Amino acid sequence: MANENKIDKSQVKHVASLAKLEFDDADLGKFTTQLGEIMDLFNTLSEVDTDGVEPTFSVTDQFNTMREDVAVNSHQKDALLKNAPDTQDGYIRVPAIIDESEGAN
Amino acid sequence: MNYFDTDLTTLHTKLVNKEITSEQLTKETLATIKADNEKLNAYITIDEDAALATAKAVDEKGINADNLWAGIPIAIKDNIVTKGLKTTAASKMLADFNPIYDATVIEKLRANDVVIIGKTNMDEFAMGGSTETSYFKTTHNPWNLSKVPGGSSGGSATTVSAGGVLAALGTDTGGSIRQPASFTGVVGVKPTYGRVSRWGIIAFGSSLDQVGPFTRTVKDNAALLNIIAGHDDHDMTSSDKAVPDFTAGLDGSVKGMRVALPKEYLGEGVDENVKKAVLDAASTFKSLGATVDEVSLPHSKYGIAAYYIISSSEASSNLQRFDGIRYGYRAKDVKNLEDVYVRSRSEGFGNEVKRRIMLGTYSLSAGFYDAYFRKAAEVRTLMINDFKKVFEDHDFIIGPTAPTPAFGIGEDSNDPKKMYMNDVLTVPVNMAGLPGMSLPAGFSNDLPVGLQIIAKPFDEQTLYRAGYAFEQATDFHKATPEIGGDK
Amino acid sequence: MNFQTTIGLEVHVELKTNSKIFSPSPVAFGDDPNANTNVIDWGYPGVLPTTNKGVVESGIKAALALHAKIEQHNHFDRKNYFYPDNPKAYQITQSDKPIAHDGWIEIEVDGEKKKVGIAEMHIEEDAGKNTHNPNGYSFVDLNRQGTPLIEIVSKPDIASPDEAYAYLEALRQRVQFTGVSDVKMEEGSMRVDVNISIRPYGSDKFGTKTEIKNLNSFNYVRKGLAYEEKRQQQVLMSGGTIQQETRRFDEASGQTILMRVKEGADDYRYFPEPDLPALAISDDWIKSIGESMPEMPGKRRERYVKELGLKDYDAMVLTQTKEMSDFFDTTVKNGADPKMTANYLMGDVNAYLNDQQVDLQDTKLTPNNLAGMIKMISDGTISTKIAKKVFKAITQGEESVAWVKSKGLIQLSDPAQLTPIIKGVVDDNQQSVDDFKNGKDRAVGYLVGQVMKQTHGQANPKVVNQILMAELKSR
Repeated sequence: MANENKIDKSQVKHVASLAKLEFDDADLGKFTTQLGEIMDLFNTLSEVDTDGVEPTFSVTDQFNTMREDVAVNSHQKDALLKNAPDTQDGYIRVPAIIDESEGAN
Repeated sequence: MNYFDTDLTTLHTKLVNKEITSEQLTKETLATIKADNEKLNAYITIDEDAALATAKAVDEKGINADNLWAGIPIAIKDNIVTKGLKTTAASKMLADFNPIYDATVIEKLRANDVVIIGKTNMDEFAMGGSTETSYFKTTHNPWNLSKVPGGSSGGSATTVSAGGVLAALGTDTGGSIRQPASFTGVVGVKPTYGRVSRWGIIAFGSSLDQVGPFTRTVKDNAALLNIIAGHDDHDMTSSDKAVPDFTAGLDGSVKGMRVALPKEYLGEGVDENVKKAVLDAASTFKSLGATVDEVSLPHSKYGIAAYYIISSSEASSNLQRFDGIRYGYRAKDVKNLEDVYVRSRSEGFGNEVKRRIMLGTYSLSAGFYDAYFRKAAEVRTLMINDFKKVFEDHDFIIGPTAPTPAFGIGEDSNDPKKMYMNDVLTVPVNMAGLPGMSLPAGFSNDLPVGLQIIAKPFDEQTLYRAGYAFEQATDFHKATPEIGGDK
Repeated sequence: MNFQTTIGLEVHVELKTNSKIFSPSPVAFGDDPNANTNVIDWGYPGVLPTTNKGVVESGIKAALALHAKIEQHNHFDRKNYFYPDNPKAYQITQSDKPIAHDGWIEIEVDGEKKKVGIAEMHIEEDAGKNTHNPNGYSFVDLNRQGTPLIEIVSKPDIASPDEAYAYLEALRQRVQFTGVSDVKMEEGSMRVDVNISIRPYGSDKFGTKTEIKNLNSFNYVRKGLAYEEKRQQQVLMSGGTIQQETRRFDEASGQTILMRVKEGADDYRYFPEPDLPALAISDDWIKSIGESMPEMPGKRRERYVKELGLKDYDAMVLTQTKEMSDFFDTTVKNGADPKMTANYLMGDVNAYLNDQQVDLQDTKLTPNNLAGMIKMISDGTISTKIAKKVFKAITQGEESVAWVKSKGLIQLSDPAQLTPIIKGVVDDNQQSVDDFKNGKDRAVGYLVGQVMKQTHGQANPKVVNQILMAELKSR
C-alpha cells in the first residue's frame, strides 16, 4: 500500500529523473522530508470511501466540441525561431540525440 | 493620483467629457505605480511606452461613450501572455520570454481600448499563496509592508489595493484571486470554470485555472467580467453559454434569498476575528431580508489533499514543455541533450515549482496513479456532490476566504505543508468549478478580512447581486491603506 | 522441441486531413523546416489544443473498415515523455478509452483464410522530426508535429511472419479504400512496430517478447520476423532465455541486432487530457459515415471473380488501391469489356505508372477515355496497333473517340470501301497472283501489306483478308 511507505531518497531521485530535475544532496534530504509530510496529507484520502464513485477529471460544461478541418498557416516561423535558444537553417538545434526512436509511439 | 475616490462610471464620464484624457490618466497612473513599486514590488514590468502610445491612440480615436473601459489603465498578472510584452510567470525560466501572441482576454481588453499598463508580480507559475515564490521580487502588502499580499496574484491585488489602478486581472487555480483580494481588502472574483477563455494563460492546473478581475468595487468587477467573459474557439473547455450583463440587477436587494453557511468553514484554524467577520456578514444578510442556514460540506476537509494532487499532477505535465529547447531558459555549457533538459529545468525553476512537479509526477507515476490521482478525482466528485446538495435549496454560500488575515513575509515560506493548508477554504470552489468572490468584510489587527461568496455554476449574477448588497450595507470597502497616501 | 509463434503488430497510419489534429496548421510534406508550424505546434506557454472534426471522422471510417466497435464516449489522454521532437513533452493520444476496439480483418495465407483480431484503434498526434548530424548536433523540424495518426493494435492472433505480411497487406488495403490515408510505408504514412515471442507448443503462457525496429517495408517485416523467430528458437534450444529487448533490423544482412535491453516498463504517467472535452459520437454520425463507406476490397474481389469472370490473381491486383479498383469499375460501367479492361490496367496502364512514377489518380487517364478506347477495339473501329497510339494520346488527356476521329484513325472495315482498293492492288500485282496460284502463301502477306499501305494502316486486317482471299480465288 502506498500510504504505509514513507517516500525515501531513492524514490525522490527516481521521480526527479522522470521529471528531468536534479537535486544536490542537501536539497534531496530537504525535499524528501517535505514531500514525505505532504504525502502524509495526501494519504488521508484513503479514509474516504469512494467505492462506486466516478472520478471527475474536468468540470467543463462542454462536450464533443470540435473544429472544422480547415488549414490555416500562421506564418509564425520566423518569430518562433527567434525565441528559440539555438537554431540553424530554420531548424531548432539541440545537442546530438543518441537514441534512435523517431516519431510518435 | 490614486483611484481611491473614484470608480469606473465616474472616470468614464470624465473621459467622455474630456475633463481628463486617457494620456493624462495613464501618465498619472504610471507615476503612481512607479513610485509605489519601490515599496510594494507589485510589478515585474511597467510598460510605459506602449501604455502611453495606446492611450494617445485611444484619445485620438475618441472615447466611445458606450465603452466603459475605453482609455482606462489596467494591470495584468504576468502569467497572461501579451504579444510583444515580456511575460515571465515570475520565473527565471521565462525571464526574457517575449510572447508572439495575445491571450484571448488581452485581445478582448485591447478591442475595448483598455490601456495595458504593466505586468504584475506573482508566485512563480502561480504556485504559492504569498507571492514570495516569485523569481524576481517579493510583493509587500499595502496595509502592512511586513506582511504578504497573498498569492499567487499578489501583485495584481496589491496594485488595486494601493490605488495604483482601477482594476487588474489575475488567475485563480486554488484561490489565487480570492485569497490575495482578502489579504489586501479588494474585490476579487474567480468566475465559473469555462466562463473566461484560458487561451494564453500559462497553464498551471488546466482543469482548475480561471482568469478573473480585481477591483475596488463589486460593480466595477462585474463590468470587467462583462468584457472578458465568453466562449472562445481557441479554448474548447470555454462555455458556449450566453454571457449576461453582470452589472444588471445590482439593486442592493437580497430579500428572500437563501444563504448557506457551511459549518466546516468556521472550524479549527480559523482566526477568531475572521469568524466574527463572517458571522457579522451573516447578520447583515439577514438584516437585508435573506435567510441564513448552517449547512455541511462534509468532504471539505479532504479538499486540500485532493486539490494538491490534481493541481500538481496537471502542473507536472503542463510544465514539461519548459525544457530549454524551443524558448525560455537554456542552461549554459551543456554537455549533451540530457544536460539541456535536467540543468535547464533545475536551474530555471524555483523550489516551490519543483516541489509541485515532484508531487505531481509522483502522483501520476506507475503504481501510484490509482491511490493518488484517480482517488483525488473521485473525492472531487464527492466535493461537487456536496455543493450540489447545498445548492438544491440555497442561492449562495458564504464563508471566510482565508483562515487568517495576511501573514508575515517569511513566516510560512519554509513550511510548504502549512502554506498549503491556508488554501483550505478556496480550493473547493476550483475543484467544483464554481464562481467565487472575495470582498472586504472586516479587519483583524488592522489587516483586511475577506468574505467569500460562492454561487452555482454560471450564476455569477447571484455572486454580484449578493456582493453588491453586502458592499452597499457596509463600509469596509471604503477603508484604504496608508501606502496610498491620504487615508 | 516444437514452438508456436505469437506476433503483435502496432501500425501507425498518418491521416491526410487538411489541418493538424489539434492545431489549424496545414498537414503538408516537403516544405521548409518549421514552415507549417504555429504556437500550438511549438507547445508555447498558454496554448490549448482544439480537436479536428475531420480526424474523428477519419477515425470512425477506419474503425468501420476494420469491423471495430466504436467507443461512442471516448476521450484523449496525455502520454508524458521528454524528446526534442515532442514539444509539449506529452503526446495527446488515447489510452484508457480509445475511439474503437475489438475489430478484425480477414487474411489469406496459402489458400487458408483466417480472421485476425484488432484489440484497439486510437487517434493521436504525430511528433516532429529530428535529423541527426555527425557534428554533435541534432536538428528539430516541427512540421510533422500534430499530424493526425491512427494506431491499430492487433490481438495476439498472428502466428507466422507470412501471416504478419498478409495482415499488413489486408490492413493497408482496407484503410486505403476508406480514403483516410495514402498508407505508404516508403513515404512514412504507414509505420509498423512489431513484437514477437515464441513458446513451446501447447504451452498456455506467452514467451518473452522482443521488439524489432527499422522495418521499412512489408518484406522487411516478414524477413525480420523470420530471422527473429529462428533466433529465439535457437536461443531456447540451446538452453538460453529470451530477454525483453529492442532489436534493430539490418537491411543489408537481413539480421536483427540488439539495440537495448528493456529494464521494466516505461512510465508515461498517462492521465485524461484536461484541455479537451470528452467526445460523444452519435449513432447518426456513425450511421451516415457507414453509409458513405466504399465497398471494401474483399467484396470487390468476390464480385470481379463471380460476376465479371476475372481470374483470382487479376481481381487481387486490381484491388490493391481504391483508385485502381474504382477506375476499373467505372471503365466497365462505361461499357468496356471487363477482361480487356483488366488486361489494360495491369499491362499498359501499370507500365505507364511505373515509367512515370506516378499514382493513377495523378495522371490524365480517365475511365471514360479508356472505356472508349476498349470499346473501339472490341467493335473493330481501331486495331490493337492503333490502340497503342490512342493509349498514348489518352495519357495526355485526349478524349479517345474524338481523337481517333480527328486523326482519321478509324479502321476501314466496310467491304464496299475496301473491295475497289483490294481489286486495284490485285490488278497491279499479277506476279503475286501467280505466286498465290502456285501455292506461295507469302504472296498474301505482301498483298495485305500493299492494301495497308494504301489505306495508311487503317484497313481492318481481318476484313481485308476475307475480301482478298475471295478475290484471289476468283481470278
